Amino acid sequence: MKFAVLVFPGSNCDIDCYKAVQETVGEPVDYVWHTATDLSAYDCILVPGGFSYGDYLRCGAISRFAPVMSEVAKAAEEGKYILGICNGFQILTEAGLLPGVLLRNTSLKFRCHDTVLQVVNNKTPFTNDFAPNEEIVIPIAHGEGNYYCDEETLKELQQNNQIVFTYKDNPNGSLADIAGISNKRGNVVGMMPHPERAVSELLGSADGKRMFTSILKAWRDTHGTASVR
Amino acid sequence: MLKATVYVTIKQGVLDPQGVAVQGALHSMGFQEVESVRIGKYMELSLDTDDRAEAERRVKEMCEKLLANTVVEDYRYELEG
Repeated sequence: MKFAVLVFPGSNCDIDCYKAVQETVGEPVDYVWHTATDLSAYDCILVPGGFSYGDYLRCGAISRFAPVMSEVAKAAEEGKYILGICNGFQILTEAGLLPGVLLRNTSLKFRCHDTVLQVVNNKTPFTNDFAPNEEIVIPIAHGEGNYYCDEETLKELQQNNQIVFTYKDNPNGSLADIAGISNKRGNVVGMMPHPERAVSELLGSADGKRMFTSILKAWRDTHGTASVR
Repeated sequence: MLKATVYVTIKQGVLDPQGVAVQGALHSMGFQEVESVRIGKYMELSLDTDDRAEAERRVKEMCEKLLANTVVEDYRYELEG
């Protein structure tokens, strides 16, 4: 299985994502610059956190027009796994690959600390290694993580089990305590917390590791291949 | 040459934490009459065209595609010159 970590000007969690893949599942992983026009070699695309294009205008508003993003849309259509973390989540909403938008935290503060999440949907390719409603510890680091969508969209999210993670103690004013959602099909997930920063007890939590093992497991289930590792 | 002025505002019903904070500051300064504050964006675009109809169509497209996120923002624009 092959992972891609997209890199935009201003991404700053790309190295964390790259190393997390190496440390947790040990599958091949490449950095892919935002000007790339072919993602066909990859099975999972990670859109990392940071401040792409300086967050100018709105977070993710400019990055969504980067050449690589039309390839990401294509990959989503093909059912490949796409995970947007933090700024990556903001980019995926701006690109229309996930519904809603991320607003300024109600506290107006940049919040950077551990959060307890509830795994609301463990049936996605990103969460199958978690128990239903399991509580996990994953850190956040954002100023604009306040998820918002209209009532109709929220109802749809709930009905289709698209809410993947919720916060136990809402840090940003997010609607319905939402920390992460998926698209209807379940192959695109966006989340504000950083699983790539929680892949070892040395980092304070190893709970994020199971997101990466989940992805590999889901891929093997559909591709029927064994790894020698 | 045409000048487009674009106003982007937060939709009614969507919380504006920045506006709420500024309202609080105004209150603490003694401006009790301030009932609400909504903060938006003001943009000035110089357009290298004299075709008003075409400019209007293009500015609308710019707003829809990039300048506003219509999930939470409204926009309006004025053309001058």
